[in-house]
Amino acid sequence: MNTLLRNRLPQLTTAVIFLLLFAAASLRYDYFFSTRNVSSLFISNGSLGVIAVGMTLVIFAGGIDLSVGAVAGFANIFVATMVQAHGWHPIPAIFVGVAIGVAFGASMGTMIHYFKQPAFLVTLAGMFFARGCAFWISESSVTVKHPFFLYLTDIKAELGGTIVHPLPAIIFFIVIGAGYLIAQFTRFGRNLLAIGGNEQSALLMGLPVGATKITAYAICGGTAALGGLVNTFITGSGNCTYGTGLELDAIATVVIGGTLLTGGRGHMFGTLLGVLIVGTIQLIIAFDGTLNAAWTRIITGMLLLVFILLQRLLLRATQKRVA
Amino acid sequence: MAAVESTTPPLLAMRGIGKKFTGVTALAGVDFTVRAGEIHALLGENGAGKSTLIKVLTGVHAPDAGEISLNGKPIRPASPKEAESAGISTVYQEVNLISSLSVAENIGLGRQPGWGGFLNWRALRRHAREALARLEIKCDVDAELGSLPLAIQQMVAIARALDLQAKLLILDEPTASLDEKEVEELFKIMRQLRGQGMGIVFVTHFLDQVYKITDRITVLRNGELVGEYATAELGRLQLVSKMLGREVKDEEGHLAGAKDAASKADATESSAPLLEVHQLGRRGAVHPLDITMRKGEVTGLAGLLGSGRTETARLLFGIDHADSGKIKIRGQTQKISSPRDAVKLGLAFCSEDRKVEGILPNLSVRENIIFALQAKRGAWRTISRMEQDKLAEHYIQALRIKTASAETPIKNLSGGNQQKALLARWLATQPELIILDEPTRGIDIGAKAEIEQLIAKLRSEGMAVLFISSEIEEVVRNSTRISILRERRKVAEMNGAEIDLHRLLHEMAGAAQPHE
Amino acid sequence: MSKSTSWSWRKSPAIWPLVGLVLLGLINLVYSKNFFSITQRDGHYVGTIIDILKNGSPGLILSLGMTLVIATGGIDLSVGSVMAIVGAAAATMMAHGTTSLPLVLAVSLGVGALCGLVNGVLISWLRIQPIVATLILMVAGRGIAPLITDGNQVLIKLDSYNYFGSGFILGLPVAPLVVIVLYLVVWLWLRRSATGLFIEAAGDNETASRFAGLATARIKCLVYIVCGLCAAVAGILATSSIGNSDPMNDGQYMELDAIFAVVVGGTALNGGRFNFLGTFLAALMLKTLTITMYFVGVRPEVAPVPKAVLIIVVCLMQSETTRRWLGRLGRRAQA
Repeated sequence: MNTLLRNRLPQLTTAVIFLLLFAAASLRYDYFFSTRNVSSLFISNGSLGVIAVGMTLVIFAGGIDLSVGAVAGFANIFVATMVQAHGWHPIPAIFVGVAIGVAFGASMGTMIHYFKQPAFLVTLAGMFFARGCAFWISESSVTVKHPFFLYLTDIKAELGGTIVHPLPAIIFFIVIGAGYLIAQFTRFGRNLLAIGGNEQSALLMGLPVGATKITAYAICGGTAALGGLVNTFITGSGNCTYGTGLELDAIATVVIGGTLLTGGRGHMFGTLLGVLIVGTIQLIIAFDGTLNAAWTRIITGMLLLVFILLQRLLLRATQKRVA
Repeated sequence: MAAVESTTPPLLAMRGIGKKFTGVTALAGVDFTVRAGEIHALLGENGAGKSTLIKVLTGVHAPDAGEISLNGKPIRPASPKEAESAGISTVYQEVNLISSLSVAENIGLGRQPGWGGFLNWRALRRHAREALARLEIKCDVDAELGSLPLAIQQMVAIARALDLQAKLLILDEPTASLDEKEVEELFKIMRQLRGQGMGIVFVTHFLDQVYKITDRITVLRNGELVGEYATAELGRLQLVSKMLGREVKDEEGHLAGAKDAASKADATESSAPLLEVHQLGRRGAVHPLDITMRKGEVTGLAGLLGSGRTETARLLFGIDHADSGKIKIRGQTQKISSPRDAVKLGLAFCSEDRKVEGILPNLSVRENIIFALQAKRGAWRTISRMEQDKLAEHYIQALRIKTASAETPIKNLSGGNQQKALLARWLATQPELIILDEPTRGIDIGAKAEIEQLIAKLRSEGMAVLFISSEIEEVVRNSTRISILRERRKVAEMNGAEIDLHRLLHEMAGAAQPHE
Repeated sequence: MSKSTSWSWRKSPAIWPLVGLVLLGLINLVYSKNFFSITQRDGHYVGTIIDILKNGSPGLILSLGMTLVIATGGIDLSVGSVMAIVGAAAATMMAHGTTSLPLVLAVSLGVGALCGLVNGVLISWLRIQPIVATLILMVAGRGIAPLITDGNQVLIKLDSYNYFGSGFILGLPVAPLVVIVLYLVVWLWLRRSATGLFIEAAGDNETASRFAGLATARIKCLVYIVCGLCAAVAGILATSSIGNSDPMNDGQYMELDAIFAVVVGGTALNGGRFNFLGTFLAALMLKTLTITMYFVGVRPEVAPVPKAVLIIVVCLMQSETTRRWLGRLGRRAQA
């Protein structure tokens, strides 16, 4: 048990921080600890959560994807426009949207692995490209009035006395559940961590490095698109500016969740915790009313720094010095 | 234990292996045979071709000539994975597993037990425990690999290799970072595997270990096969001679040493020492040793590959931090914690790995030559362009550096000329003490002679030189005093007239008597 | 053996952005004959070229600092956020009554240098990867900037400050002149002292530089401080040109443009030799590209698409794999 504890130390730290944060807020603010609040943690951050799942897989393998915000924005406006302006039924529109995200991710992955270009540069270009395409589709926001769509956005549930729209949360749970299964119980998932840990060794051990990396980027593109879609279910419309800055939030979420930014170490559960923490910070700020919304970014940045330093220290302490 | 002659084909037979890289012949007509149930040492000094041979065997390089057969069947591994599937597994010195994953995962990576695509962790752990138990290794399968001592990490690598049904196990410098107890544990496992019929290739430079555990020895030199011998039949001195390509005849060796030493009888024994090193050591690199150097002396550091010569130089120059001991320069104890400190004290270090530690590849020859001097002077006391040109021209002429112009990027020069330019870099700082680590490696005969003349000139001008070389005649020819290292310890010192090629070989080999 | 080889366009990597600029100039001529015309109005010069230089000034300065960082083998993703922070700090100072321009400038530059120092310490002493270290300031900076202004956009009413972005000297806008002066000053500093050589050496082979006695940690820290200072100047120019500080949007995505300009301008991402002329021309080319898009009828928001395509093309051209492919194709054609 002791070893397992040591291996999960980063996630435990995050969990503790989250609980402390939530507990402190509950004590400080009235009505903070309510079903509405807890459920909103998952609902309003559903998009971020979905995107963070794909980002987690890419970061496991030692990569990074700066285009996810732009891809989310693209999917967001694409589906809305296809359904509203071109009369598509939402279901094929959703599938095509996600498929485009997957194809986009796969092409970036190919550039990164086969053409050996740095991930941040390729995905940066990807970000430009996707954002520009989003604007090209439609510069103004598009409200979707398709009956099936309205049905989706209207799904209600009663939870402890309040009415909530749980669809984003449900999608988030499904996606992170799938992410967890992939990361923990498939060879692909374990190969991701192996590649992130030491790509050279992974090659020598005979693992399919190229295919694994490209697939990770493809999945990341897919979840980015899906995240953008989830947002349309929340707002009922599509907007080409959606997702600006979301990539940084996603990266911060993953790192705060205890995953090493350079790859090789991490757990999907950590990403869940990361979403919870980012969500809690936003909630606290909204609840407080006096605190500037800007504090979210600062605290996220500070947490990011703390975790990165922690990771460095932990690494130095646990790794034996190779002579 | 002599190998039993039989009609069954050997486990591994490599015949006539040749491999060329652009302009360099790494291997030529090399045969290598390993039998089942045998521990076979592969020995050779720098440039012998050991690592190239292993890379050919494990599928990293394709040979230009020759064949490989395993149990009589020809194989042509085109990648490490193919070699592994064929039954050849390698455990490298740096372990080459994933340190951030657990022991169990590392053993099963790529072949985890599962069902319908989903991994069965319990089965994975059980499997790993069984694999470790077979080798009687005790460790927690859930522990993160990187948190375990290197010795255990290597054993996990061996366990993985076994799990892959390896028939031939290659151990590449496995004992370099292990202490004596760990080495014994490793040997226990090796003997067990040998008993089970596995063939083990043991690449090492620790001769004691070769004599302790191996059955046969293959010696390579300059890319060619010197010979294959039964360990029990090859004496230490003979082994070292074969590795260095020297046939030692008593008389010759003796005379050669005396003649050179006599010419340096103008030893400045009376002058105060420039550098005194007292019990300087670093765990895993070199045991505490003493060295004294005076102005106008060339101190040779002799020893086989892996004996700790470069490690000693790195400690002197502040590249590595010493665990013990102190350094006195001109009688004053100094703290040298970085190359910068060393340069300020008047030291210079011409590294043996010029590609990684020496050249600034895209910068010009001129910039490379003036660099250390400029770094010493700081950013504001610039060397004017005119002075730079003069300096560069001076050294290009003096050392006969072949380059199209002083502005050519240094990466375009041949290895030997790069080496000369680096030498120029250090000479330009006008040091009081210069450490030369393999300065003549990769340089043609003519240039070698020039460098030796240069060393003599530096000596006569009062510079102290620490001269490290794998070619013992070179060391003997150029040194006024020689310190001999063996297996990371200083074992002997020879001054002036005592210098004797024969005794040098003995000490390096660790042979107690003139013949075993 | 010849002495020094003379500099020529043919050999410098700066030729590519120059070619790009010429091409863009030609395209623009087709669409609007007045592209190159410069006329006088209200006592100063106006024209598209002048606009490009003026609006491109912040980007040009960011690229200057970024060139040095990339030359050491690093990267700085935080420059856009630092611009916003500095702009917010300056604007807030002036809104609270400060009328001394030197004071405002000193504080602005100080803030920029401090941000650079933070990055430098994280990277050279704590040994955190540059992407990771500067990502932190990039994220946090987007929060620090609005915090300074309480979330608002702040109008800048100090004329002497706004002069940088909207004033004229001898009929020419001040900003491009600041750019040219800055480029010259930095270039002189790096070439007159040995600092330029040290930066290139540290990027070319850090280990070899260190073994040769260079204090590589100090050099690396220095370039991040310089980059922070450049971001500060860019922030001043940007906010003084529109006369207000917009902490959420100032400098957004400008780090990406800067990186692109440096790479296209001929400085390798892995570090080593840097090329100021190339960076200057490439940054200019990027701005011209945006304007060209506008003239051709492409909406400005869609302009990132051709930029992205350009980055990809440059990446592909620089890739080893592409060279191998082309080599194989060439051989097959010959056969």
